[in-house]
Amino acid sequence: MVSPNPAENNGGTALPAAEARALNDVVIRLAGNSQDGIQTIGGFLARLAGRSDQDVMTYMTIPSTISGGPSIFQVRMGTGDILSSGDQADFLVAFYQHSYENHLSSLRPGGVLLYDADHVKPNPDDKRFTAVAAPITSGTVEAVGGSSKDKGKNLYVLGLIARVFNLDVAKLSGLIKERFGGKTEDIVRNAMLAFDAGYAWPADNLRDCFYRFNPPTRTSTRPQVTLDGNSAMTYGLIAAGVRYGSGYPITPWSSIMEMLRSELPKYGGLFVQAEDELGAVSYALGFSYSGHLAITGSSGPGLSLKMEALGWAVMSEMPLIVINVQRGGPSTGMPTNVEQSDLLQALYGSHGDAPRVVLAPRDVEDCFYIAIEAARIARAYSTPVIILTDQALSSRIEAFDEPDLAGLMVDPAPDLSARPADFKPYPLDRITRHAPPGSRVGSGVYPTVTGLEHDELGHPTGSPQLHTKMTAKRREKLKALAATLPAAEAFGDPEGDVLLVGWGSTFGPVREALNRIRNSGTKAAQLHLRHLNPLPPGLEDVFRRYRQIIVVEINDEGLYGYGQLATLLRARYANPAIRSLTKTDGLTYKVSEIVNGVTHLSARNGVPA
Amino acid sequence: MSAPEILPPALPATDRAPLTKKALTADHPTWCPGCGDFAVLHCYYRALEKLNYPHEKIVTMAGIGCSSRFPYFVNTHGGHYIHGRSLPFSAGVSLGRDDLHVFVFGGDGDGFSIGGNHLDHVARKNPRLTYVIMDNFVYGLTKKQTSPTSPIGFKTKTDPTGAFDQPINPMRKLVDSGATFIARSHATQVNHMTEMIMRAAQHDGFSVIEILSECVEFYPGAFDTSVPRKGGTFGLIQEKKNDGTPEDATRHDTTDEVAAYRLASEPWPGLFGVFLDKKRPTKNQLEANLIAKARERTKGASDLQLLQSTFAKLR
Ligand SMILES: Cc1ncc(C[n+]2csc(CCOP(=O)(O)OP(=O)(O)O)c2C)c(N)n1
Ligand code: SF4
Ligand SMILES: [Mg+2]
Repeated sequence: MVSPNPAENNGGTALPAAEARALNDVVIRLAGNSQDGIQTIGGFLARLAGRSDQDVMTYMTIPSTISGGPSIFQVRMGTGDILSSGDQADFLVAFYQHSYENHLSSLRPGGVLLYDADHVKPNPDDKRFTAVAAPITSGTVEAVGGSSKDKGKNLYVLGLIARVFNLDVAKLSGLIKERFGGKTEDIVRNAMLAFDAGYAWPADNLRDCFYRFNPPTRTSTRPQVTLDGNSAMTYGLIAAGVRYGSGYPITPWSSIMEMLRSELPKYGGLFVQAEDELGAVSYALGFSYSGHLAITGSSGPGLSLKMEALGWAVMSEMPLIVINVQRGGPSTGMPTNVEQSDLLQALYGSHGDAPRVVLAPRDVEDCFYIAIEAARIARAYSTPVIILTDQALSSRIEAFDEPDLAGLMVDPAPDLSARPADFKPYPLDRITRHAPPGSRVGSGVYPTVTGLEHDELGHPTGSPQLHTKMTAKRREKLKALAATLPAAEAFGDPEGDVLLVGWGSTFGPVREALNRIRNSGTKAAQLHLRHLNPLPPGLEDVFRRYRQIIVVEINDEGLYGYGQLATLLRARYANPAIRSLTKTDGLTYKVSEIVNGVTHLSARNGVPA
Repeated sequence: MSAPEILPPALPATDRAPLTKKALTADHPTWCPGCGDFAVLHCYYRALEKLNYPHEKIVTMAGIGCSSRFPYFVNTHGGHYIHGRSLPFSAGVSLGRDDLHVFVFGGDGDGFSIGGNHLDHVARKNPRLTYVIMDNFVYGLTKKQTSPTSPIGFKTKTDPTGAFDQPINPMRKLVDSGATFIARSHATQVNHMTEMIMRAAQHDGFSVIEILSECVEFYPGAFDTSVPRKGGTFGLIQEKKNDGTPEDATRHDTTDEVAAYRLASEPWPGLFGVFLDKKRPTKNQLEANLIAKARERTKGASDLQLLQSTFAKLR
């Protein structure tokens, strides 16, 4: 072992507070290759933060190559509200020369570069950062010994980080043991050896760079849970009483289907891996028709395939949940990048007038709650509901208050009660409530669910009057839903120069950008839309109170200069103050990109910002 | 194996009246007069009368095509889905609700062309349902285009000089797909059709029947070679009776896939009857086993307790 001071590492003795600089939050970027277990360190840090009642947010890139390749994990932890994963890193760990070269630009001037002395030769003339060399590879090999080579480097680095940031070693060791506990004793022991060696490494040139987090400011009495967006969505579906589903693998949707495949049987349900996405949406609609509200999902290409069946769901008024984990498009596009370019497809993707509900979660916690809301709406309005999440949310880890499950769980039992003699599957004066097979109908006349235009009993019709009335029926129920939605509310100045409008995963960066814009003296507010179809009431009134309405989205400005939500809002509200801030680099918004974009647009439009 | 005698199953222990054709009849069919599909509908009524399932537990599904209009003419729960995809939909119904009797109807284009891949994959999963393909060797609803079973030389609007793409052999495709009950019948043979539908319905797994059903509008006379009245032969498969007689050695073993494949390769018009009748665990059963095992491990915890324990691990 390289430990110069073994006594200190055992109990995780904290450094005297006087030596450590107080911190509110820190951004740590880990850059290496995917096989180095970088996600594992990030995951540990995120969960530690969650357990310590700190806020946390992570950001990772997974290489789209089959195995290996450069990979990063960025974790931001702190004691206030953490809204984005951070524009610039305070601390960069570089495992390789390429990690150093590609990611140094993400480090803020004055930040700390910690690099593996065995692999990286930094530029000695670069004085912008505090460069700290650590024998990450050889230190790990020496500590663990045996045949494991440099496996365990990630835990060595975790030890180093624990030391530098004065992290709770007892809690971290607990997490390591929980994580590897199911495996052989050797694995836990090796992990702890590597961790201790990293913790004990005498980072002397770091002496004046030790940090300590300010005490947490959280007031909630509920414990924090730490998980990624796809997991939150999965558990939300389960809480919502969804027990059946079907899908086909595609990144970054797959982890939802994989979790459902192993979780649902415990709850008496099942998930079918179908032959393709057309099959998957069809299995799901079969489940829904049989009385069990079902879920299907995919990303870009798979959503395109589901569109015909989605139109059937609209026409037959079949409840269904469809999750789209958006990625860069079109076509196979950028499978491991983020984009919000499927909004118009979600609203209008099938042929014909096919109105359906579209929702978008704003952060990881919201993935859980929006799944519950989607299920409630699908059942109450007998309609397909699309949830537009995205690649960034799918893998981002956040800590949030544990949900009050007892108050949220929904009973999944199908309603097979006998229907009265006047039962109609498609009544013109009411919202459809299907009678699943197995339920008796008093009249002895059984309903046919259909994708042909139909009369109230489900018989096909070519009647112009009926097509007009039935089209209205399918539209009006979404208007009825709109009337029940909470009115749109802006956060920030009640009136002023700029209203930032966003949807989906950009919520955090937009909020941070808003804070900066307001701090610089501009009167501004944020309006974040979770309900994209139908839109909530009251938007007109909010829009009227700001000189500029800037819609921030990760998609293209299109032929006419407006992103997809901006296009929709301009069409709906015909308000010329609606402008558009878009980008198409496949990455989440940096706060500075939004602030600069707003400044630029404001200057162009002669509005102070 | 001998063909099981067709006995009406025991009446369910209820006071309900037996299911009648009258109760099962819905809209008057919109098919062209003389269309083979009328006879299939008639046999479906007859089979359901004999099977006498509780009325509300019967589901009649279809895709899109002339033949797929079926559900409108049957008074049961049911649905008219989209072109080619009715099998995964119906498999979802069966897996979601093991208490139901699910029947699916469709044409050759619906089943073998646009739905061909679904057919293969649903068949190998072996859900409990019965699929009837009304094969008329042509696209009827869209008015005479080439179908995947149209024979070479058949003139259609998309092959005005005669079809030249190799047609599929439905029976061989079905044997290869892993379907566990496969039969072939003819719309002019009412008793045979009824018997096939009943045996398929009583099969525990994925059962499929190809019924040659003439489109009098766009392919009249397509199946005359197997209509005795018109000088053809309706050749029946002789199923093994296991009676120890020397003749039995040459009869067809319906559990033998290779033999079924060989029968399926007989020259046109081929043979009729049961090609395959095998036991293999159904997906319904295998999924139920998975649930039972998972439940055993969770030791009767409620849904709420299960999810709470998951969240406790995320703290
Ligand atoms: C996606 C899609 N493509 C094409 C059609 C048009 N279409 C309807 S039925 C049909 C073919 C019908 O042929 P078949 O399945 O053999 O049924 P038949 O009418 O002969 O009984 C086609 C191409 C459609 N409804 N949907
Ligand atoms: S077109 Fe052919 S298949 Fe369709 S109803 Fe007429 S005869 Fe039957
Ligand atoms: Mg046909």
